Amino acid sequence: MTLTATLTDLANPTRFLALTARILPWLAGVTAILLAIGLYQSAMAPDDYQQGATVKIMFIHVPNAWLSMFVWGVMSVAALGTLVWRHPLADVAAKAAAPIGAAFTFLALVTGSLWGRPMWGTYWEWDARLTSVLILFLMYLGLMALWRAVEDPSRAARAAAVLTLVGAINIPIIKFSVDWWNTLHQPASVLRMGGSTLDKAFLWPLLVMAIAFSLLFVTLHLAAMRNEILRRRVRSLQMMQASRVAFASEAGAGAKEIGAA
Amino acid sequence: MSALAALIRRDIRIALRVGGGALIGVLFFLTVTVLMPFAVGPDLALLSRLGPAILWLGALLASLLTLDRLFTADHEDGSLDLIVMSRTPLELACAAKALAHWIAAGLPLIIATPILGLLLNLDGTATLAVAATLLAGTPALTFTGMIGAALAVTLHRGGLLLAVLVLPLSIPVLIFGVAASQAAISGPLPFGTPFSILCALSLASLVIGPFAAAASLRHGLD
Repeated sequence: MTLTATLTDLANPTRFLALTARILPWLAGVTAILLAIGLYQSAMAPDDYQQGATVKIMFIHVPNAWLSMFVWGVMSVAALGTLVWRHPLADVAAKAAAPIGAAFTFLALVTGSLWGRPMWGTYWEWDARLTSVLILFLMYLGLMALWRAVEDPSRAARAAAVLTLVGAINIPIIKFSVDWWNTLHQPASVLRMGGSTLDKAFLWPLLVMAIAFSLLFVTLHLAAMRNEILRRRVRSLQMMQASRVAFASEAGAGAKEIGAA
Repeated sequence: MSALAALIRRDIRIALRVGGGALIGVLFFLTVTVLMPFAVGPDLALLSRLGPAILWLGALLASLLTLDRLFTADHEDGSLDLIVMSRTPLELACAAKALAHWIAAGLPLIIATPILGLLLNLDGTATLAVAATLLAGTPALTFTGMIGAALAVTLHRGGLLLAVLVLPLSIPVLIFGVAASQAAISGPLPFGTPFSILCALSLASLVIGPFAAAASLRHGLD
């Protein structure tokens, strides 16, 4: 009951802007502190007996990979909010999340391939996990292309919501089929990353980093949502201004014609 | 029911007549397949090994190319608005349109497969396997592609945007289609395993596609 009440409260963009303006500095501060702690702990973590210092890439890589999927989940909830509840901020949330999710996915791919170079001897391996993350990245880019293809935000929002939900159904199917495809082509040739259970020395920094990156996402997402709301306000003000100018010139031309007649 | 049958009949007729453009898909399929030997060389052994993959890619691109027309023409002349407002459920109407599109544009691709198989040095079993997997898999391509077509028509954008949105969704169909053909040709897997997953993908898209397309038409058109 309180949750729905809060959500309804936040439907007012002005109230949302006021609330986030108060929250954001604190959130950003906590994120920065946690990131600093996590990075320090990662740097101090011992080297792996097999992978050496490259194991530390994991502390960046795993949070990014986890967020790359989590952000699609956030967008799916927002898509439901757009289509079912018509929450006015849902499409703002969905639009703001897409580039951030794409960035996390891209970072997961880059850090993964940087780790793969010394470990597998190649930057890119058509490994099942890498391939499905790459496809996820392509889907993020397609979604962003869809958002950018249309000027009217509410029209783009409904289309993007349908695509996000279809993607949410399809991503597990794609993941499953890529796994299947990979085992068919090259059985068991790839090193597994977390093959054994993680030692505590690695687990703690990883946990801190995961929380820090999740908070980083929340911070960036709220900031991007604020920007999107302000951008829409600017857009509607500009359109009002443009229509006023057009109307004024039309009226002026009409007055002239009447005067000439 | 008779409304849906009439819709299917009408769509097939429009697609096959002058200006319909369904058969251009077959021509495109032929051209893409003919291009492949120029890219990989005229080695017949290599071509017969790559054959199923080439045919599947060609069919995927050809069905994508014709998808653009699924809703656009109806949107331009206003009949799409009538379909949306009619008493027939929009989901069923979308499914009927996709079925008509598959009969007009997908089925000719499968009929053309044996001839293209000859060009790629595929033997009888291989050609039959590719044709069978295409028969089971192209409905999935049409029905998932329909979602992209519906989005594109509500946004007044087609072409490349449609391709970018639909192609990642068709990866599972491609994987299992080629895998089933390869299984029939060289093993070691039994043909049935990937083939039944391919059928399952088609059936699932038969459910998801019309609902998603109808949702995007209902929310997007104004």
